[in-house]
Amino acid sequence: MVARVYAWLDRRLGLTTIYATTLDRKVPKVNWAFTLGSATLFLAVMQGLTGIFLTVYYVPHPEQAYDSVNYIMNEVAFGWLIRGIHHWGATLMVVTVFLHMLRTFFYGAYKYPREITWMTGVFLLLVTLGMGFTGYLLPWNQRAYWATTVGTSIAGTVPLAGPLIERILRGGEALSALTLARFFSAHIWMLPVALVALVGIHLYLVVRLGISHIPRDGE
Amino acid sequence: MAGGEEAGGLGRRKFVTGMLAVLGGTIAAVVGLPAVGYLLAPALKRSPTDVWVPLGPVENIPVDQPTLFTFSRTQRVGWETTATSHGMYVLRSADDRYLVLSNVCTHLSCRVVWKDELQDYTCPCHNGHFAKDGRVISGPAPRPLEDVEYKVEDGTLYVHLVEA
Repeated sequence: MVARVYAWLDRRLGLTTIYATTLDRKVPKVNWAFTLGSATLFLAVMQGLTGIFLTVYYVPHPEQAYDSVNYIMNEVAFGWLIRGIHHWGATLMVVTVFLHMLRTFFYGAYKYPREITWMTGVFLLLVTLGMGFTGYLLPWNQRAYWATTVGTSIAGTVPLAGPLIERILRGGEALSALTLARFFSAHIWMLPVALVALVGIHLYLVVRLGISHIPRDGE
Repeated sequence: MAGGEEAGGLGRRKFVTGMLAVLGGTIAAVVGLPAVGYLLAPALKRSPTDVWVPLGPVENIPVDQPTLFTFSRTQRVGWETTATSHGMYVLRSADDRYLVLSNVCTHLSCRVVWKDELQDYTCPCHNGHFAKDGRVISGPAPRPLEDVEYKVEDGTLYVHLVEA
């Protein structure tokens, strides 16, 4: 029965072909460092799922943000777990993204024909850091507030455009409800949409081009 | 060599597939089941909808004179605290029976006031008048003043507050 349902779907969707080209493709002999991309993707999916769950209770308003996070941590069943995964997953994802980049760099895997994979990867690194930066403000506690004050001030030191960039990031002179709202919007809409699009291109290229082998001596 | 079936044993490919399924299932369960609880938590938590509020020792309540008691109650839903103020007129009879009336006018929820010179409850908003026992005398009010349930325990008068 299952086989017949699968066969029916397979004829119409080409599931076997999809499986063969994405998961069952030929790869060179590689090592554990080649799992860092998959590890990052897994963490990104987990961040997405736990993030969606956090928005059930979180409110991006200066008077309620801190209290709603407190409520998630202390009163909602398993709220501590969902936020804990999101919190530690964020840190871990920055680590895996970096290691993934280092592996690509030291194995020379960014070279022809994989330059675009590398370029999208660079933007994915920036988006990941942006997710970390915007997410850090959302609990609206002292650490979040002052970290963002410092972070946006650093952006303000850019020659010429600095003060404007700082005002754009903050949505005005100082941190306010506007800052919290725009960081929230960037964190749950703008950056994730960019992330999904870039991951799509990145993975398409990985499947299309295959992965490079470990450089041999003298290469 | 790699991926080959060992003679008579569990092949590497089968083992890896099985382990992936077990690990994947475990991760899905560890995250998925708490997620269901997480979503349902506030719905399953029941907060009491009624409470007995002590108004004080009965010996302090004047006899045959409607006396206003006011109090406010704070309630926490989620992370939000709301305070509601309540007012009740207590009429104590000579034989220690009580009549507790809410001071909320049944017309548009203004607060009624006991007027000694008129010997009635007057609503300042639309000139409603209620008798000492809460009956409507005149004005737009559709119903008598709400009669509040009470009890006396250890010489203290309690009123029963039921959330609408």
